[in-house]
Amino acid sequence: MGKTVKVMEGSMAVANAIRSCKTDVIAAYPISPQTHIVEYLSDFAANGELNGKYINVDSEFSASSFVYGASATGARSYTASSSQGLLLMTEVLYNIAGSRLPLVMTGVNRTVSPPISIQPDHQDTMTLRDVGFIQLHVESIQEAYDTHIQAFRIAEDHNVLLPVMVCMDGWILTHAYEPVTIFDDADVYKFVGGPIKPYQKMDPFDEKPVNYGCYADEDKLMEFKYLIMEAHKNAEKVIEDVALEYKETFGHFAGGLIDAYRTEDADVILVGMGSVTGTIRCAVDELRAEGKKVGLLKIRSFRPFPGRQIAAACAGARVVGVIDKALSLGYGGVLGAEVKEALCNQKNAPAVKDYIAGIGGKEVNRAVIKDIFADAEKVTKENILDQEVMYVNLNRQFVE
Amino acid sequence: MKEIRIHGRGGQGSVVLAEMLGIAAFMEGKYCLAFPYLGGGGERRGAPVQGFARIDDQPVKVREKIQNPDYVIIQDTSIMDVVDVFHGIRENGTVIVNTSEKEFKCPRSDLKVVAVDASRIAMEALGRPIMNTALLGAFAKVTGEISIESVEATIRGRFEDELIDGNLKAALDTYNAVQL
Repeated sequence: MGKTVKVMEGSMAVANAIRSCKTDVIAAYPISPQTHIVEYLSDFAANGELNGKYINVDSEFSASSFVYGASATGARSYTASSSQGLLLMTEVLYNIAGSRLPLVMTGVNRTVSPPISIQPDHQDTMTLRDVGFIQLHVESIQEAYDTHIQAFRIAEDHNVLLPVMVCMDGWILTHAYEPVTIFDDADVYKFVGGPIKPYQKMDPFDEKPVNYGCYADEDKLMEFKYLIMEAHKNAEKVIEDVALEYKETFGHFAGGLIDAYRTEDADVILVGMGSVTGTIRCAVDELRAEGKKVGLLKIRSFRPFPGRQIAAACAGARVVGVIDKALSLGYGGVLGAEVKEALCNQKNAPAVKDYIAGIGGKEVNRAVIKDIFADAEKVTKENILDQEVMYVNLNRQFVE
Repeated sequence: MKEIRIHGRGGQGSVVLAEMLGIAAFMEGKYCLAFPYLGGGGERRGAPVQGFARIDDQPVKVREKIQNPDYVIIQDTSIMDVVDVFHGIRENGTVIVNTSEKEFKCPRSDLKVVAVDASRIAMEALGRPIMNTALLGAFAKVTGEISIESVEATIRGRFEDELIDGNLKAALDTYNAVQL
């Protein structure tokens, strides 16, 4: 298998994946909050390294609308944005998923204003959790590259036919440099299955032309939603199968729906998504060296949500802590709520405590993670109801 | 693992310096991770910027900001009014500072301080006061973590043709000027 290993920016690694998959249509709005991903893709298009069409548009709403239409005509399509830009796409994203169009986009995780900020957390893509997209979170730049390639396979699988949003932390991954292995274009293109094989195309010259965006009443509307739920169920197996096939083909594996690390005999397990799981991994190794029975459960697929797999991985633990990098204002941490739901009806379910951390880029380093493990260790089923959610390193002087 | 923290201002190439440190280490068979921190609204010229680089024999998984660097590079001493550049430096760590002054006041006696007039060298070599490649040469000489050959190869691979010679000169001139 031909490959190149190079120190590369996260955004460049993703742009290379999109180029190698011979994406037909890319539409993007190039102004903040955007990343270098689309800047590099526009370079590729201008230099003739990308055969597809790159379209500069006037807003994220236009970007998502362009790829919506392009995907409906059967083109392999891609866009990317971040924070407010992603939110501006929201209405169109419902349409893309509801029309079962298999495009791929990058949701570069950044916080949502106010206050205005460019720092990373998961508020933006978490707000989009209900639109119907598959959401895959990545830990490293290498995983970001690998997952974008897998994403086209997953999306375009006729048992799935759902758009995929690859979620990667802004700055921490998009603007970082590390050695990345990128594979030869021909091998990547072969892995994604060559040209896209659309389930159907919006083509007026077709023998049986189809229409998108039509009207439905109560007799069919829930049925449309039910079929999206079924597609997400099908996607669980496809995500795992594609990850394994990728491992066989290219030798890289970063987990299927989840990735459990040193959880087998763990007393306390910390659950997280995205780049923070790399730092948790290191903290787990250091605590293990001190004899602490701790582990990490990385959630790779947030949608579909792998509740059964999480319950199985946490079955032996006494306490589960959840790192939540987004808030449902007026409720609390979303990931924490969903992990609790996954565990609550299990026999001997562990106690679950939510840790709101990393909001607006607040530092979550090994020392912070060790503090969280130390706090979680003190949680029991008897005292958990008396415990509040912990806002990790909340700056009290500003709130009191 | 060796950890490097760079303090500069937007436009001085702090992020590229972190990237080049990573590339040079990678050329010597090591793993690396380089990343920036831009507070206060991001990519603005003149705003305080931090660049971070880790060099290790193992793949780097930890992504936290560098709190306890082995090496600190100060690109612009005027930043010291607003940023504590000495924060958390490891005992007996090394500070490379871009300054034209001979006497540079360091608040800690355990630190090794090397002053380099990188802005002047860069100005002479490039015609612009962008001193990151000059400081890359200084880093190679002072720390021995990367060789000057890797610095050269990094610059050749990183810049467009018309910028290579000037940046090579800046790195080499600083490498030769630094007295250990």
